[in-house]
Amino acid sequence: MPIQYYIYLSLALFSIGIVGVLVRRNAIIVFMCIELMLNAVNLLLLAFSKMHYNTALLTNKETTAGTEGQLFVFFIMVVAAAEVSVGLAIIVMMYRNIHSVDVNFLNRLKN
Amino acid sequence: MIPLSLILLPFVAGILSFFVKSDNGSKQLALFFSIATLAVMLLGLCVFNQSAYHHFDVSWLVSLGSRFTIGLDGMGKMLCLLTAISFPIIIAATYNNKYKSTNNFYALLLLTQAGLMGVFVAMDGLLFYFFWELALIPVYFLCSQWGGEKRIAVTFKFFIYTFIGSLLMLVGLLFLYYKTPQHSFAIKDLYNLHLAASEQNFAFWLFFIAFAIKMPIFPFHTWQPDAYEQSPTAVTMVLSGIMVKMGIFAVLRWLIPIFPDAAAKYGQLIIILSIIGIVYASLIAIKQDDVKRLIAYSSIAHIGLMCAAIFTMNSIGLKGVMLQMFSHGVNVIGLWIIADAIEQQLGTRKFSELGGLAQKAPTLAILLVVLAFANIALPLTNAFIGEFLMFNGLFQYNVYFAAIAGVGIILAAVYTLNMVQKVLYGNTTTITENAVEISGNVKWMLAIITIMIIVFGVYPQPMIDLTKDTVQALIK
Amino acid sequence: MNKLVYLVPLFPLIGFLINGLGRKSLSKSLIGIIGSAAILASFVVSVFLFIDVKAHGASVVTAFNFINIDTFKIGFAFQVDQLSSLFLLIITGIGFLIHVYSTAYMHEEKSEHFARYFAYLNLFVFSMLLLVLGANYVIMFIGWEGVGLCSYLLIGFWFKNNNYNYAAKKAFVMNRIGDLGFLLAVFWLIAKLGTVNYADVFAAANILSKFDVTAITLLLFVGAMGKSAQIPLYTWLPDAMAGPTPVSALIHAATMVTAGIYMIARSNVLYSMSEVTMNLVAIIGLATALLSATIAIKQNDIKKVLAYSTVSQLGYMFLGLGVGAYTGAVFHVMTHAFFKALLFLGAGSVIHAMHHEQDIRNMGGLKKKLPITHATFLLGCIAIAGIPPFSGFFSKDEILAAAYAHNPIYWGLGVAGAAMTAFYMFRLYATTFLGTFRGTHDQEHHLHESPKAMTIPLIILSILSVLGGLVGIPEILGGHHELHQYLSKVLISEKAHHIEHSTEYMLMAISVAIAALAVIFAIVHFSKKPELKDATGIAKAMENKWYIDELYDAVIVRPLEAVAVFLKNIIEKSGIDAFVNGVGKFVNYSSRQLRLVQSGQVGNCILIMVLSIVIFILLWFYDISIIRLVDKFF
Repeated sequence: MPIQYYIYLSLALFSIGIVGVLVRRNAIIVFMCIELMLNAVNLLLLAFSKMHYNTALLTNKETTAGTEGQLFVFFIMVVAAAEVSVGLAIIVMMYRNIHSVDVNFLNRLKN
Repeated sequence: MIPLSLILLPFVAGILSFFVKSDNGSKQLALFFSIATLAVMLLGLCVFNQSAYHHFDVSWLVSLGSRFTIGLDGMGKMLCLLTAISFPIIIAATYNNKYKSTNNFYALLLLTQAGLMGVFVAMDGLLFYFFWELALIPVYFLCSQWGGEKRIAVTFKFFIYTFIGSLLMLVGLLFLYYKTPQHSFAIKDLYNLHLAASEQNFAFWLFFIAFAIKMPIFPFHTWQPDAYEQSPTAVTMVLSGIMVKMGIFAVLRWLIPIFPDAAAKYGQLIIILSIIGIVYASLIAIKQDDVKRLIAYSSIAHIGLMCAAIFTMNSIGLKGVMLQMFSHGVNVIGLWIIADAIEQQLGTRKFSELGGLAQKAPTLAILLVVLAFANIALPLTNAFIGEFLMFNGLFQYNVYFAAIAGVGIILAAVYTLNMVQKVLYGNTTTITENAVEISGNVKWMLAIITIMIIVFGVYPQPMIDLTKDTVQALIK
Repeated sequence: MNKLVYLVPLFPLIGFLINGLGRKSLSKSLIGIIGSAAILASFVVSVFLFIDVKAHGASVVTAFNFINIDTFKIGFAFQVDQLSSLFLLIITGIGFLIHVYSTAYMHEEKSEHFARYFAYLNLFVFSMLLLVLGANYVIMFIGWEGVGLCSYLLIGFWFKNNNYNYAAKKAFVMNRIGDLGFLLAVFWLIAKLGTVNYADVFAAANILSKFDVTAITLLLFVGAMGKSAQIPLYTWLPDAMAGPTPVSALIHAATMVTAGIYMIARSNVLYSMSEVTMNLVAIIGLATALLSATIAIKQNDIKKVLAYSTVSQLGYMFLGLGVGAYTGAVFHVMTHAFFKALLFLGAGSVIHAMHHEQDIRNMGGLKKKLPITHATFLLGCIAIAGIPPFSGFFSKDEILAAAYAHNPIYWGLGVAGAAMTAFYMFRLYATTFLGTFRGTHDQEHHLHESPKAMTIPLIILSILSVLGGLVGIPEILGGHHELHQYLSKVLISEKAHHIEHSTEYMLMAISVAIAALAVIFAIVHFSKKPELKDATGIAKAMENKWYIDELYDAVIVRPLEAVAVFLKNIIEKSGIDAFVNGVGKFVNYSSRQLRLVQSGQVGNCILIMVLSIVIFILLWFYDISIIRLVDKFF
């Protein structure tokens, strides 16, 4: 499959994520959109890593090119997991305090 | 050592004054230290007049290439003398005025004096800038804390105006700093800079706008009448008596020697601006209804003449400028003292509400008349000598300029005599009906000013000789 | 002997200081004595100086260096020569008589104001002495402005009355306009010659170009116009009548207005070098003489008539200067000082007797009640009318003869003016002293001759008015003109004029005959039925001084005030200040608008973040084409 398809897909996912973060006010959905963006990046990393590997294979049978990309994906997944745990905790605390998960209530920065 | 003590005495006294609890204590402290400063100044002029006593140099911000270099030359002596004489007079003449938190008021006033002295003795660019700001900041607080009704807005305007100027000057100063071969702020190195014409033209304006705002010359003057009107009178005296001289002083010390070519190039433009300012301010002064605003506009006209005379770069004219800086300082302080005495007693400064004071307070009347005639530069008053020399310089530069500026001396007679007439003559009004004679301290301070006016008007030679070295250096 | 010079101005200065500082403690009689004695002492010294100059010639003494810059030196120097010593005598002599007179005239004042009055008077004399004694133009200028100051103080002496204050201010400002001209002339001299000393200037005068000389003399003449009340700067002098009457006498006779004549006579070397200026001086002088004479004809205030007559006589003096008859002008200054002081003091005596009534329509028939005043006033009138052998005849005739030699038209107009002078003076005399009394009953009851302190100066002055002309009897009448000989060393540019003796006799006869006719006509006409009604038509214009004051008001004062209001309200407030405040307001406004961006909404923050990232990425991608675009535009 040509690399373009992967790129288009991840671009779409990323844009959906951005728009979701910008327009939705529900903290959970915003959160999910952030995850979506992260996963769009992951997808892109994987696609390029595979492409890179395949190109390198043509000249060298023993190559390990492209593995760094997959390594990054793991990192991102770990960070995302940590983020989810902290973020969900914040959302839960927020819900306990103000009985809402609407991010517009979080406007303390203004003052 | 003399210049150092001129700065340190008021500075230390200012710091001390913050901690004095009693009102009278801080007043006495301020008066004592200002007289002590005057004594040091006089000692420096008469007894310790060897050059060794007049220079002081220690290392200061070495990494920045700045040294704590201070010294007194002729012009510095003249202006330090003005500062040293003015402060005791100002403090004594307003001794009976009541201020809230008196100690802070006098502390800030003394800090201003320290800053002013520093400006006049600084021989290092960065040091000069430091003192320039040091003099400004206490004045800002004095105006905004103790001023009139509109003080906040007016002081803000004043501060922004002068601060913009200061920042431009700082930029210019840094520019010069990087131009010096060994990166230094020392005045000697700056004087020895030989800048290209384009560099001069650009840096000249950075400095000149700062100084023009301070003087102020047309059209940078609009902060002044408001600031004079709203400040407590003691501060107004400092502002108009001494602080505006900072602008002229700085032009003579920092602008013309460093940018001689640009000064010659833009000189005519600045002279024209100044002359417009003279006529403009004089005309506006004719229509003022407020003693303080009238004096403010009259002051703008006088400063305009000084600024014009500077850029003629004529040795007679420059002598006149130096002399006039002193004379104008003394005279205008006298006028403010009168304005303050009237306002403190009658609660108004409006001409329409005054009148007939000559019947009620003859001493005040006599002193005001003397000061008024000094203000219009009648011969045998100190202002005449300065104006005569300055006009002479202007005349040598351009006949028509002198003639147009001369209209200012006619208009000066019109507005000053207007003021005299409306305040002193005619019948008393309901407000002036119960006026009484001015108090003793005011009377004595005005008497001292009157004596200075006459003495320097009849025998100006010592003052002329005082600035000989500076003028020679400038002309060269 | 030289050092005596210092004493001349010193005495009045001391008198000023004593009376000024001790005004609250000194008694009235003491004040009067100090004030008068100071001038008397000066007069005595002046007499010595006069004798000394006559014997040994001129001298210059320098008190100290006034201004000394490199090569530019102005000394506080006094010059006593023939011209200045003559003026010293006039100033101190007549000044002394006026002081004595004032002790009685001002006696009703409170002692504080009495002292103030004498202090000002002494200061006035001091300034005038400085003016005359100065050995350079700067010292002259000091006195020049000093007399302006003193006239301001004295005209506004009764400061409760605002009209008087306006008159005082007007006098000072008009003088200042002239002073500016004087000052510019001084600068011109400094620029071209580097000195202001008379001796040096006159010695080097021939290196000046024609243009320079003309400019300098014209500018100096502007100064003289202001001080000596010539067209167009004469309107202050009649208004100066607001001051006490002896002050008017001092201003008109001994000090102040003669300064212009003195200055031009002093600078005769320069003036004679410029024909343009000389002609202008003569024309302005003649025009002033005629214009003010027409105004004087219709005035009803006793002092105003005299004031306009002074302006007119000053015009004659300038005519004399303009045609090169410097001696004649100085001679007329001297005789005019005698009879004008006499007339003013006489008028003062009348006003004193009439309890401050000045309108001659309410007088009449004062001859019997005030015999001494009447007799002396009559002598003064004859002298000013130019009837021989009174003093005015000789001096006026000398000027007219020189004018004839220069241009017969000048002479014709001059004689016309002289006829008017004779007419209005005797109109004044007849209306005041002849006929029947027209004042109130109360005034009539209180009519009295003035005290001795006032009448004795009148008598002395009347003697001088009668005999004063004898120092200048022209040759054709068998005299030697001693004044001419005495002054010839100073007035070296005096133009000798040659007229046939027969012509000169004829001119003299014509002018005397016309003046005499005018006198007779006036006496006959006005002693029986004085003008009491308000004038109409052209006479009304004359009574209102040809509306010159109104003209100045409309052409100069009002437009200037309008400009001032315009500058104050429009340019300053809505222009410059509004611009400055506008900058502040703009910053304020824009920051208020920008603040809305910082709403604190998380969404907004992120939106801006994203947008910025997008913009940065775009910039990064297209950096080269953006640079090209910028290059294209600039």
